[in-house]
Amino acid sequence: MILELAITLVKIFFIIGVTVAFFAPILTWVERKQSAIMQDRVGANRADILGFTALGLFHAIADALKMFTKEDFIPQGANKILHTLSPIVAVVPAILTFAVIPFGGQYELWGESVNLVVSDLDVGLLFVFAIASLATYGYVIAGWASNNNWSLLGSMRTASQMISYEVTMGLTIIGVLMVYGTMKLTEIGAAQEDFLNWGFFLQPLGFFMFLAASIAENKRVPFDAPEAESELVAGYFTEYSGLKFGMFLMAEFIEMVTIGAIVTILFFGAWHIPFLPTATLLSWFDFLGTSGANLVVMFINVAVFFAKVVFFIWFQMTIRWTLPRFRYDQIMKLGWKILLPLSLANILVTGLVILAVH
Amino acid sequence: MELLIFYPLAGLCVAFALGVVINNSPVGSAMSLIAMMLGLAGIFVLQQAHFIAVLQIIIYAGAIMVLFMFVIMLLNLKGSGEDASWRSRDKNLLMTVLSGFLVAGLLYKILCVLNSGEFDSPASLPENFGTAREVGTILFTEFVLPFEVASILLLVAMIGAVVLAKNKVD
Repeated sequence: MILELAITLVKIFFIIGVTVAFFAPILTWVERKQSAIMQDRVGANRADILGFTALGLFHAIADALKMFTKEDFIPQGANKILHTLSPIVAVVPAILTFAVIPFGGQYELWGESVNLVVSDLDVGLLFVFAIASLATYGYVIAGWASNNNWSLLGSMRTASQMISYEVTMGLTIIGVLMVYGTMKLTEIGAAQEDFLNWGFFLQPLGFFMFLAASIAENKRVPFDAPEAESELVAGYFTEYSGLKFGMFLMAEFIEMVTIGAIVTILFFGAWHIPFLPTATLLSWFDFLGTSGANLVVMFINVAVFFAKVVFFIWFQMTIRWTLPRFRYDQIMKLGWKILLPLSLANILVTGLVILAVH
Repeated sequence: MELLIFYPLAGLCVAFALGVVINNSPVGSAMSLIAMMLGLAGIFVLQQAHFIAVLQIIIYAGAIMVLFMFVIMLLNLKGSGEDASWRSRDKNLLMTVLSGFLVAGLLYKILCVLNSGEFDSPASLPENFGTAREVGTILFTEFVLPFEVASILLLVAMIGAVVLAKNKVD
């Protein structure tokens, strides 16, 4: 009982530590450096401690210090409660999603079965979807509570954009469900041990539509009409300053990690290495004993999983700095007239293929 | 243990439900409704119905209420002090009487169910209770007729909405 509790606590601390304490600050630096590389600039390299710049890594600390010490400003006529509540509502779902994300398989360690997921829900995939849809409120309320027309316009765009792309996201998820026949994320991950069983090969169209829809849900370029600087000042977070603004930024970066993790689990073999079944990997470390081999394989699998996540974060960054912003009507047209029919067709074709195979 | 979780959840639900009715601003009401639905989802989880709980969040809290918020913002409804039309429903006698009947009927039904003693939970739940597979199987075998009728009803409503909206544009 106490051991189980301890294992669960370790898992929670690990996943929150990795996302909030490692990825979120590091990604602010990665974003700057990535944009600099793509635009042939040097990028962030000014913040230094005693002359050491560490490739500009100290900018993450400088950012945090700045946000903590800035004045927390609430505009006149704004709804104080909702204005304070909305950054929290935006950031909590982003972190909460990691409760059901498996970052490794199941391992036998000294008679104890360790499942590398905080909560192995039967409806894991739907849980992710439900939590993602709750994040909308953070952004919608932020604009409304600010008593600012730019903010209000921004949050109305957010609401309509997120509703539109949630439909596509839900429908592409159905294709994955049909292929693997389960909603447990651990089982979906375990089903992709064979390289050709990866979701990317079984649902190629689903992968592209899911990625597009999830970037739109995260409101990053090219789908950043809700915060379009050239039209709406800064959209829904125009009236936010200090740490509250920082929380919106944090939510965006954590969501990037979430998208990377979900895409990895659903479409890119989760913690598996191509052409290398877990049994073969285990046999390599046989000399360490069963538990020792399991432990080594566990670390390898977790590393592989996060390597894939990092790849998809890089991929999102590249998209972010490659494409210009879509116009609002183009976003709506893409969502309703292209992605929606395509995702419906995807379900139909998937169903027909499954019928034909069985 | 179960009661320890149930009472705070139920209390929150009732408090937020009251908040929906009492709140002066439409956005406040909508927010209370969302919070109430999250509480309801919690109660579903307590009943081992994880699937229903997640659906409750996705459909009601996640999709329908976002639309509500969107419409409220689009019409830019203000609080009672600023916009008189928001409170005009107070004076609608027919509405009051009808909803009074509705509430009375609902309370009567709840009393009937409570008295019939059907609420005793079974000693042990079947293993697959509340999973998506189980709910789906029941939906497509035992309750297939109500399920199809409900979907046709929704389809009719959808087509009706499209037709109505189209007339306005033309």
